[in-house]
Amino acid sequence: MLEQLETIYKEAQGTLVAILDSEALHQWEIQYLGKKGEVTLLLRSTGQLPAEERAGFGKRANEIKNLLTEAHANQEQLIHDQELARDLEEGQIDVTLPGRAQSVGGLHPSTQTLRQLYDIWAEMGFQVYRSRDVEDDETNFTLLNIPPHHPARDMWDTFHTTTPGMILRTHTSPGQIHAMRDLGENGTQPIRVILPGMCYRYEQVTARSEMQFHQLEGLAIGRNIHMSDLKGTVTAFARRMFGAEAAVRFRASYFPFTEPSMEIDVECFLCGGEGCRVCKYAGWLEIAGAGMVNPIVLRNGGYDPAEWSGFAFGMGPERMTMLKHGITDIRYFWGNDLRFLEQF
Amino acid sequence: MQVPVSWLREFVEIDIPVELLAERLTLAGLEVASISYIGVPQGFVEGVRWPISNHLVWDREKILLGAIREVKPHPDADRLVIAVVDYGGAAPEQTVTGAPNLFEYKGKGPLDPPLWSPFAMEGAEVWDGHSEEPKRMVLKEKKLRGVPNRCMVCSEKELGISEEHEGIMLMENPRGIAPGTPLQDVLGDVILEIELTPNMARNYSILGVAREVAALLGKPVKPPSFDYLAEGGPIIGQAAIEIREPELNPRFTLALLRDTEVRPSPQWMQWRLTLCGQRPINNIVDVTNYITFEIGQPLHAFDYDKLKARVSGKMPKIITRLPDPGEKLDTLDEVTRELQEHNILVCDEAGVLSMGGIIGGAETEISDTTTNVLLEAANWNFINIRRTMQSQKVNTDAGVRFSRGVHPSQALLGVQRGIELMRQTGGGQIAQGIIDEYPLPAPTVTIDLNMSEVERISGMVFTTQQVADILTNLQFTVVVAGDVLHVTAPDFRMDINSDSQVGQADLIEEITRIYGYDLIPDTIIADAMPSQWTNVALEREERARDILVALGLRENISYRLTTPEREAQLNPHHTGAVSHEGYIELANPLAADKSALRHTLLISLLENARGNIRYTPRQQVFEVGNVYRGRENGALPDEPRRLGLLITGPRRVDTWTHDEPGDNVDFYDLKGIVEGLLGGLKISGVTYSRSSHPSLHPGRSALLNVGGKEIGSFGELHPLVATGFELTAAPVFVAEFDLDALLDFVDELYTAQPLPVTPPVYQDIALVVNNETSAAEVVAVIMKAGGNMLKMARLFDLYTGDPIPAGQKSLAYNLVYQADDRTLTDKEVAKVHRKIMQAVERELDAKVRA
Repeated sequence: MLEQLETIYKEAQGTLVAILDSEALHQWEIQYLGKKGEVTLLLRSTGQLPAEERAGFGKRANEIKNLLTEAHANQEQLIHDQELARDLEEGQIDVTLPGRAQSVGGLHPSTQTLRQLYDIWAEMGFQVYRSRDVEDDETNFTLLNIPPHHPARDMWDTFHTTTPGMILRTHTSPGQIHAMRDLGENGTQPIRVILPGMCYRYEQVTARSEMQFHQLEGLAIGRNIHMSDLKGTVTAFARRMFGAEAAVRFRASYFPFTEPSMEIDVECFLCGGEGCRVCKYAGWLEIAGAGMVNPIVLRNGGYDPAEWSGFAFGMGPERMTMLKHGITDIRYFWGNDLRFLEQF
Repeated sequence: MQVPVSWLREFVEIDIPVELLAERLTLAGLEVASISYIGVPQGFVEGVRWPISNHLVWDREKILLGAIREVKPHPDADRLVIAVVDYGGAAPEQTVTGAPNLFEYKGKGPLDPPLWSPFAMEGAEVWDGHSEEPKRMVLKEKKLRGVPNRCMVCSEKELGISEEHEGIMLMENPRGIAPGTPLQDVLGDVILEIELTPNMARNYSILGVAREVAALLGKPVKPPSFDYLAEGGPIIGQAAIEIREPELNPRFTLALLRDTEVRPSPQWMQWRLTLCGQRPINNIVDVTNYITFEIGQPLHAFDYDKLKARVSGKMPKIITRLPDPGEKLDTLDEVTRELQEHNILVCDEAGVLSMGGIIGGAETEISDTTTNVLLEAANWNFINIRRTMQSQKVNTDAGVRFSRGVHPSQALLGVQRGIELMRQTGGGQIAQGIIDEYPLPAPTVTIDLNMSEVERISGMVFTTQQVADILTNLQFTVVVAGDVLHVTAPDFRMDINSDSQVGQADLIEEITRIYGYDLIPDTIIADAMPSQWTNVALEREERARDILVALGLRENISYRLTTPEREAQLNPHHTGAVSHEGYIELANPLAADKSALRHTLLISLLENARGNIRYTPRQQVFEVGNVYRGRENGALPDEPRRLGLLITGPRRVDTWTHDEPGDNVDFYDLKGIVEGLLGGLKISGVTYSRSSHPSLHPGRSALLNVGGKEIGSFGELHPLVATGFELTAAPVFVAEFDLDALLDFVDELYTAQPLPVTPPVYQDIALVVNNETSAAEVVAVIMKAGGNMLKMARLFDLYTGDPIPAGQKSLAYNLVYQADDRTLTDKEVAKVHRKIMQAVERELDAKVRA
């Protein structure tokens, strides 16, 4: 039996070194070291030997089993190493093939811009105050110092409803009246709000003009708010929105609800002011209208204009989005073509 | 408004480049939209940007004023002539031309005076007059039918003045400019296109802009002369005025010119009108337009004899009044107008003559045979004029100016200057005196301006002198009394409010804009910060958006305008007339399909889906937005916020790997999105029941309830509705929820669960129940029977078909048993599991499968 054992040992050793894959190795293990493996069986049959041979045989059989187990482990490691090396070397895929497309959601570009505006203004202490889309003529115009039939009304082409005096708001400015009356506590409290919302104008829809669009109005009321504050605040905003180097220009203009009034231009961030198609070769992009709140509007909001002052501004999120991303047709915004929306 | 700089220079000295002037005007609130050049080069000023102009610059050496001394016949061509042009050189130059307007001078010998015309020499660049497209060309010597030719007398088109190429440009030369003078110095000009805001009505004229330029440059204004030579018999007794509505017609003036002749205006006047975009007609009409452009006061000229004829030769009496019922007027634009009760009219005793301040009547207009002209310069209430223009749908230059506001003081100036220019251009005698009815004189506005107020509003300290200088340059009268300035507005301004607070704000705008907004410092707000708060509704709405985006949905924002008829498509059973009840409808819709505010987001989402389906079969979108519900008695509508969802098409984005079958989404995809949203918002107390929403499939739709409140329905679009929207390629699943109600249930202070320290025990249970038994009922029975120890029952299989009997289904659940404080024994779990099996058998008549 000892000879038989030695023969098996030699044979096992011999075959093991030739094994180069995991499956054959597993078979080898079953053949020699498994529960019914040749070495195991021989070892188990130790009891059949004469008593004086048992110790020697048992010792040698155990020794061989251990040696083979160790050799198996070594060979296993060798095979693993080889297989790993082979996989690393040969298991290449074409990494230029496209990835599995995932279902990616996204916010509408207007929402993205509005959020950016909310964030910037929040840091300057302006909170979001929303008001209604359908307004009365009084709040949309008259209380903002635009009396009935006043020529200033030509600045806003209005959608009237079949109910006299009920209109779709032409701008977010009626929110100024709501905010002052709602938050001002009868003209005793300072206010800093932004008023986003959908506005409507009776205007033919073209690539450049829409009948429906967002506006974002800002209003700051206090006991000591100056035009210089308006300039400083809007300049700070423009640098956050359009880049730290953004140059800002203030032009005199007219809005009935502010006095003095101004338009605000930012140096074209696409051409650096050199002149390009987007800025129509003027180097400036109009980004907002603004001014000091007209004393009449302050009064209509419940404030004494001799004691209180404030500024207001209005900007167009769609226009800003168009400028930033080179969108040439404003009709894309409410068209909701997914091929457009998926670009944002 | 077109402003020729040459005309502007008549009233104010301009000593800065035009491009810089345009920039200063723009910054001061007179926005120069564009600068166009006639013959002169564009200027470039450091720091000032204007678009590069592509116009033709007239070479100062080669494009000159020419004097045509003789027009000779061409020896070999009847349709050509030879012009002998004196261009200031040693000898005249001969040039061949086919200009038809020279033919009448052919063979007449030397011309004295000569014909004056632009003359381009060899090497000059001009526009090609024969080219349809704008094309430049350089003059070169060539023979025209045998006669050498190297120069050209030019048409307007060749010089880039207009499209006119019928003949060469013949000019008057009243100032006796020498031949050979560079044409730039004769006709060269720059036109500023200025866009005026409504408060700038006073600047709606060349003189108005000149006043602004004067203030900006600190120069004096040189207004035109308002003197007139009246050598005719007195006007008294020739005409009279009666104003019945002084509020609507504060002033009316008349002047009379007798024995004049209607003829073409002098060339300088025609030229200026053309530069301003006005076609010349005859001297009388041209003067009314000229004065309108020059000083901003519209005029109206009547044929005096026609007026007399209307009243059988009596003295014409002008009556301004509101219309009598049923009155009509044929206006110059060939429209018969039914007059409305607020339309102020100019009438005589025979009837209506014109719509005051807006448009004349046809009957008394000036004709070629007019010899006696009665000239009107009046003043009208601007608000009423605007109202009339809108309600009569009429738009005229005069009306636009009056509707923005013209000061009554201008009427008298206008009639004086107008009648004199008519006399100068047409001859005749002006009657002595002007009839001037002025029942409602404009108040003089004086404001006490406090220097402290200037600082409070501007944020900058001005000196009293600075403020006084700016206002004086704008022609305000300023009396300084310490820190207070008594400021009186000039008589052409109507925009300074008499209220002390508002008037001071008006003046502060004038001070700051002339000083320059850019020179006001930039400061940060030092005033107290108002108390800060969070807009909870908005914040939660944005959170909902974020969750939906994380779930893979794209946001839509749609038009909020639709029609009741479009929304009726959402009801598969609608027939007959569509109810408009509860809709906010537009009185002036822009498009027939956008006449009312929407009642539902479903219309928006489905129309979007229909638009997208051709290119994008897989759609997963949401919209957050208002709908509008009309209320009783014309009250402003409710504007609830809604959330809409729509999914359709393949569940997975298809990829080249094809490792998922291309199944379309179904009800449970949408429900998964709804559950994901509710979970993300930490909303509990949610139940689902069958929905009876008419737009949804009755068997595959659900009603979402939260805290016992109905939030909205979701499910498969009713097949008939889907067909109506041409969405038949794959089932469409939609949801519409009351967002305000839903977000009320957001639990901001939800409790996070500690991680368990004991091991769970997993057991499955499969049971067969009748199809009518809902999954919610099964889970409720299991959870109740399982008590504290059962942490979760998760459905992992739903099966119908062999061997499950017809009308029944098999549901299989993973059950998770766990105690918070100990490891459960097999015995404990088995006991609870048995209890659950008994409960489902007893309460649901279920059979537990082995």
